[in-house]
Amino acid sequence: MSDTEVSPEIMLAFYKRLYPYKSIFGWLNHEHTPTRRFTHREWAFTLPPDTYVRYQSFADADELKKQVCQLNPTRFEIGPVYSAKPRDRKTVRAANFTPQLRELVFDIDMTDYDEIRTCCSGAGICKRCWAFIAAAVRVLDRAIRDQFGYKYLLWVYSGRRGIHLWISDKEAMELTDEQRRALVGWLTVIQGGKEMKKKVNVRQGTKSLPPGIQMSLESLRTIFHRLILEDQDCFAEEEGWETLLQLISEPSVTRRLRAKWEIKSRSSEEKWEDVKREARADKGGKIHDNMVAAMEDIVLQYTYPRLDAEVSKHRNHLLKAPFCVHPKTGRVCVPVDPSSIDSFRPERVPTVSQLLRELDEAGASAGAEATEHHSDWQKTSLKPYVDMLDRHVAALMEEVRRAKREAGPDRSW
Amino acid sequence: MQNKEDRQKLLAQQTLSKINEVENHGTRRYPHRLNFYDKPPLGDITIEDFETCALDRLRILAEIESSFVRNRSWDELKNITITQSDKFLQLNSNSAWTLDLESQRRKDHVGHFVLRLAFCRSEDLRRRFVKAETALFRVRFDSDDGEENLEFLKSRDFGWEEVTADEVEEHFKELQTAAASANREPNPKERYCKVRWTRVPDLIEKRRVFLKGGMAYVPSREQSSIVFQEFQNSLMKSLEMTAKALPFLDEDTRIVPILNNLSQGFLAGVSSEWSTATAGSGNEITADMIDDMARKHFPACMRNLHECLRRDKHLKHFGRLQYGLFLKVLGLSIDEAISFWRRSFSNIQDDKFNKEYRYNIRHSFGLEGKRANYPAKSCQQILTSDQPGTGDSHGCPYRHFSPDNLQTALLSMYSSQGLTSADLPEIMHTVKAGHYHVACTRVFEITHARQGVAKGEGVGSGESVTHPNQYAARSRELERERDGDNGKKEDDGDVVMMG
Repeated sequence: MSDTEVSPEIMLAFYKRLYPYKSIFGWLNHEHTPTRRFTHREWAFTLPPDTYVRYQSFADADELKKQVCQLNPTRFEIGPVYSAKPRDRKTVRAANFTPQLRELVFDIDMTDYDEIRTCCSGAGICKRCWAFIAAAVRVLDRAIRDQFGYKYLLWVYSGRRGIHLWISDKEAMELTDEQRRALVGWLTVIQGGKEMKKKVNVRQGTKSLPPGIQMSLESLRTIFHRLILEDQDCFAEEEGWETLLQLISEPSVTRRLRAKWEIKSRSSEEKWEDVKREARADKGGKIHDNMVAAMEDIVLQYTYPRLDAEVSKHRNHLLKAPFCVHPKTGRVCVPVDPSSIDSFRPERVPTVSQLLRELDEAGASAGAEATEHHSDWQKTSLKPYVDMLDRHVAALMEEVRRAKREAGPDRSW
Repeated sequence: MQNKEDRQKLLAQQTLSKINEVENHGTRRYPHRLNFYDKPPLGDITIEDFETCALDRLRILAEIESSFVRNRSWDELKNITITQSDKFLQLNSNSAWTLDLESQRRKDHVGHFVLRLAFCRSEDLRRRFVKAETALFRVRFDSDDGEENLEFLKSRDFGWEEVTADEVEEHFKELQTAAASANREPNPKERYCKVRWTRVPDLIEKRRVFLKGGMAYVPSREQSSIVFQEFQNSLMKSLEMTAKALPFLDEDTRIVPILNNLSQGFLAGVSSEWSTATAGSGNEITADMIDDMARKHFPACMRNLHECLRRDKHLKHFGRLQYGLFLKVLGLSIDEAISFWRRSFSNIQDDKFNKEYRYNIRHSFGLEGKRANYPAKSCQQILTSDQPGTGDSHGCPYRHFSPDNLQTALLSMYSSQGLTSADLPEIMHTVKAGHYHVACTRVFEITHARQGVAKGEGVGSGESVTHPNQYAARSRELERERDGDNGKKEDDGDVVMMG
């Protein structure tokens, strides 16, 4: 069987024997005994060929497993914690059914980088373009920890060409839509559609960048050099360097540079040096200031995280659950450690058929004693990923216990 | 602790004021002009006062809301609110000691709490009420004198933490760049306070502050932002609580009707300027003038209703409602209205008309039933409520007509006033983008170009059409101006054109 194959039979075996329900339960619930955070949580299932079942909810991990195995969805998504159990939605008044809590989520997708990356486009992804995602993860992870002070961040590979972030801190869970919108506004730097050349407009004139972005810029400079100039060679072709010139918007400078670059082909690195030299030539002058600001903006435009803002702004947005299987690639949506994001290789993420093969091999050597399949993932290469989630959950639960102790007697959630 | 002390003080004051009602004419019960409305007013109140306080406040809030709808700038909104407040709900600062501040502030206090009762019942009403109230609070805060604001802020705990000089030093550079990028003059002596960023989402969204570990460093100049946010949040929370407690009021037959009336008033924009007939214009409109006026002054929705009425000698319920209220506000008296509808429904017997229609017409004039003076429907209401079904002719042609029908209709209605098929692509483009009022405004400009209305001028100073009566009123005004200024010349012109 091919590695990318995803048949209903394979999916069912995966749901029965491998999916880590317990870990997912703990991660959403923050405690061992079921709370509203789990029981009032919306689940949505995608059933083949194209049915979408919303407002499912479950009492505990076992009930979730039972339903997943019965429906055998191609994937399922997690929504907010509502004021009533989503499955009882029709029995309560609409006004009493509102989203209350929700992880703060982010979605970064490679397609948003199509205009920059030179290696692939659309659904394609290679290890070269993963570097864009890696850069985004590093910047976002740090900004959220330093600036917003959140600690419980779970990064999850989306199975093909993107990455999701789930933040479970108490305050993050409780954010209103208005606050989510504000936070997204703070983090959003790249704006404007296809017809907009300059997509970074975050400063007043040529004044310095806002402090948060300034901090991100420092780490992005090296990434820009390595990724944009060396690896992707973004300004090699005419279309690429024309965009670069349009972003500089100093008529006299762009005229000189265009004349130079039209005659002789120069690498992106050499061209960037040319730009720098032009800036230095006017040291202390107005052109210099404009150019420095423009160059900083260019670094941001090419490397700053491109967020899908709509996903993060609303509490009731649904997002694919971790450890689902991407139907096109067969890869499992595994957690990713942001500190080693640079060495993460999407193509090395286990596929569902590979995992089942491993399981069969382990089963063959151990005999047929295993009738209970609870922790079968332990015998496969899924183990390090589930362990990663379990460590995250343990820390989260510890924090909740501590907060509860400090708050004194239990007053529910 | 703080609370208990306050309560004791308040109790003491109340007893005191009861004992020396004459001597104690100070401002003790309401020491500040502004009020966070943390505590409901205590004491007895007459049912008349109950209603007046609320209605007067509602007039101001309705004006604020209509400013939002019309996209007025903050300064315009502020001026309008201040004018409106002077008329209906004066609220002076402590320096105006000659005035009866106590009763001003009590009226403010009571009005706010009555409206809470009226507007807590649905999510939508709560949201709109909070928005308008917060704007009113801001207007007052902005126009208050600085000293008094400080005193007022001190009276309440906003949970902000002073940033120490050491800490300012530690983050000096970031604080300065934050100021620069927010376009504030950097001030090395600026004082800051720290709050969780969730308290100042507006400052975060626009990156106007320095943010570290979830704490926003808010310079004193921006602190009002925390205050407004706090006002908004606590009002929203209180309204939700009031909503839960409201069922206990159901027994009270005196108050519930008043509350219903108030909340409906807000929904239909009762106090906006199109609620009453354009009185004082001097020229009474009579039933037989309407054919002519429709041709010259009516927006497409009303032209369409008028033509349907003439063609079918009948209009269905919502059509009658939309057109009838429009005519009422245009200045048609009740007698003329009955005469107009009687003549229009020429296929209907007197008996049936008197039984089925007369009552409704009188009702819409506030002469029957609960005697509410219904305002004419605004564009927003026409666009969004009571969508026309098959056989209905009400609604907004720009929205509810198919593109083909709309183009034909526009040409047949307005080609005599200068609309040509060359104008259609532009109009249809805005329609397609869903900007129906823009399309309507453009038609107004085109059909009034002969009166000197330029593109972009709208129904006066760039305003776009938000109400059918506004359209008609402006059109008639333009005609009057022209007739007044150069009636003679115009006559000559007509003759030339005929020739």
